[in-house]
Amino acid sequence: MDSKTLRYIVKRIILAVVTLWAVITITFFVMKAVPGDPFASEKAVTPAAKAVLEAKYGLDKPLFEQYLNYLDGAVHFDFGPSLKQRGRMVTDIILDGMQTSAKLGLIALLIATVAGVLMGSTAALKRNSIFDRIIMVITTAFVSMPSFIMGTLLLMLFSITLHLVPANGAAQGGMILPVVTLALYPMSYITRLTRSSMLDVLGQDYIRTAKAKGVSQRGIILHHALKNSLAPVITYFGPELAYIVTGSLVVEQIFAVPGIGRAFVNSITGRDYTLIMGTTVVLASLIVIMNLVSDIMYKVVDPRINLE
Amino acid sequence: MTKKNPLSMHVDVDDFLPATDEEKAYMVQMRPSTTFFRDGCKRLFKNKVAFVSLIVIILITVSAIVIPMVWPYSYDAQLGVQPGKPVDASFNNLAPMEYSKSEQARIEAGESVFPHLFGTDAAGRDYFIRVVYGTRISLAVGFFASLVVLVVGMTLGSIAGFMGGKVDMVIMRIVDVIYSLPDMLMVILLAAVMRETLGPAIEGTVFARIGSNIISLFIIFALLYWCSMARLIRGQILSLREQEYVLAAEATGAGAKWIITKHLIPNCISVVIISTALQIPSAIFTESFLSFLGLGVNAPMPSLGSLASDALNGITSYGYRLVIPAIVISLIVLGLNLFGDGLRDAFDPKLNQ
Repeated sequence: MDSKTLRYIVKRIILAVVTLWAVITITFFVMKAVPGDPFASEKAVTPAAKAVLEAKYGLDKPLFEQYLNYLDGAVHFDFGPSLKQRGRMVTDIILDGMQTSAKLGLIALLIATVAGVLMGSTAALKRNSIFDRIIMVITTAFVSMPSFIMGTLLLMLFSITLHLVPANGAAQGGMILPVVTLALYPMSYITRLTRSSMLDVLGQDYIRTAKAKGVSQRGIILHHALKNSLAPVITYFGPELAYIVTGSLVVEQIFAVPGIGRAFVNSITGRDYTLIMGTTVVLASLIVIMNLVSDIMYKVVDPRINLE
Repeated sequence: MTKKNPLSMHVDVDDFLPATDEEKAYMVQMRPSTTFFRDGCKRLFKNKVAFVSLIVIILITVSAIVIPMVWPYSYDAQLGVQPGKPVDASFNNLAPMEYSKSEQARIEAGESVFPHLFGTDAAGRDYFIRVVYGTRISLAVGFFASLVVLVVGMTLGSIAGFMGGKVDMVIMRIVDVIYSLPDMLMVILLAAVMRETLGPAIEGTVFARIGSNIISLFIIFALLYWCSMARLIRGQILSLREQEYVLAAEATGAGAKWIITKHLIPNCISVVIISTALQIPSAIFTESFLSFLGLGVNAPMPSLGSLASDALNGITSYGYRLVIPAIVISLIVLGLNLFGDGLRDAFDPKLNQ
C-alpha cells in the first residue's frame, strides 16, 4: 500500500467521522426544534411533576450541555429511555429490532449480490442473446418500481391470491416475501452493473493475451474477467446497504415484520422523539460505516482507480 | 473530331470556358446548416424507446391536467354526503362501473349518470378522479422539486466554480458531508419534524393551500439534493474554462459575454438539463415513499403514494385500488428514466465516443 492510498484512507475516515458527527448534531437540533415538550401527552402533568421529569431526563440544563450529554451518550450507544414505551431503553428497543432486521437484510444482501453477479456475467457472456434481452427488460422494470409497490404487489399475488406464503412476516415462512422484496432492486442493479463492467473487461487487451496464451474459456472467465469486473460491485455495497435499510422501513411495515424499520416508522407516527433520534443515528452510522468500508475496499482491490 | 494524342501538351481551350449556372449548382455540396439542438432532436427521435416514453409521459401529463377540468366528480367530494340529507352509505366502496342506490334510481327514471370508472373509495369519493389528481400532484411535486434542486445547485455550483479558493473549498467540503449523509433517513427525519413546525408557520398564506407537507418536501430537496447538481456544474465550469476552444476564442478577441453565451452555456446546458430530467423520477419516488409512510401530501389531497398506502388497508377485497396507482407510478418513473437516458445519449455526444 503506497502513501497515496494511505492518505486517501485517512481522508476518507475523517470524512466519515465528520459525517457521523453531522448526523448526530442535525438529529439533536432538529428534534429540539419541534414545538411542545415531550411530556405533553393525554394526561395533564402538574408543573411540579414536570420539573421532576425534566430534571430526571436532564432537560432542565442549558441546550449546549444537553447537546454534549447527547453526543457523549451516542458515542457510548446510549440514547436514554423511550418516551412512549414506558420503562424501556431506546438501545434495548433498537437491539431487539436489529436481530430480526439484520437477518432479513443480510439474507437479502447475499441473494441480491450472488444472483446479480451470476445473472449479470451470464448476460454479458451471452450478449444480445434472448437471455440477455429478457434480463435487461426485467431489471429495467424492477429498477423503476418503488419498493413499497413491489412489496404490496408481491403480497397481493403470492399471499392473497395464490395463498403460497403467509402475509405476516412473523409467521413460519413469512420472511420469504420480505427478503424477495428487499433483494429485487439491488439484484437488478448489480445485474446491470456486472453486465456492463464485464463487457468492458472482456474488451480489454489482457483478455486477448490470455486467449492467445491458450487459457481455457473457463479460466479466462473465472480468473481474468470475473475478478476484474467485480470492482464496481464492491463500491455498490455501501449504497446497497443504504437501500436495504430504507427499504426495510416500508417492507417491515407491509409484512408486519417486528424489526427496527417498523420501530422507526412507529416512533415517527407515535412522536417518540428519543426513539426517532436513536434509530436515525444508529441506522445512519451503519450506512456511513458501510460506505467507508466499501470505498476503502474498492481502492485496495483496484489500485489503478484514482478516486480523488 | 480527330482523336487527340494522349501525350500531346496541347491545351484544350474548352476547359477554360466559364461554368454555366447548372454546372455551378452541381458542384456545390450544400446541406442546410444544423444546430446542436436540432441535431440532438434528430438523434432523440431516432431512439424508439425514448420516443415511446416521451409519448407516454406526454399522454399522462396532459390527461392529468385536462381530465380534472372536465370530470363531473371532484377528488375530495364524498358523494354520499349531501347537505340536508342523511349520509348515503351506498356510495362507499363501489366496485368499478357500479352505481349507488340513488344513482340506480335516477338511471331507472331515465336520467344519465356519469359512471364511476374505477368505483369509489371507502369515503365514497370517485376513485378515477383521485388517481388522476394524484398523478397531477406527483408530477407537479417531481417537477418543482427538480427545479428547486436545479436553482440551488446551479447557484452554489457556479459560485464555487467561478470564485475558487477558500469559497470553493468550503462549499465542496459541505457537499462532501451532505453527500455522504444517508439521504432517505434525513428526509424522513426532516419531514417528520417539519410536519410539526411548518403547519402553524404558514397558516393563512398562499403556501397553506399547497399544504405544509409538500412545502417541507421542497425545502428538504433544496437542503439535501443540491449537492450532485452543484458538483456537476462546478466540474463543468472548471473543465470548460480550460478547453482549447475557449483559449482559441480568447485569442481571436472574443469578449467574456461571447464566450459565456456561445461556448460555456451551450456546452454546459445539455448536461444540466439531463440531470434535471433524471432528478424528476427520483423526486416522485421520494414523495411516494414519504406518502406511503404517512409523511406525504396532506389529506384529503391524494398522491400516487398515499393512494397506494390507503389501499393497503383494504388489500384483500379491493386489490385493484392498489394496482392502479402502482401501475401509474411505475409507468411515470420508468418513462422518465428511459426518456432521460435517451436525452443523455442524444445530447451528450462526448459519451458516444
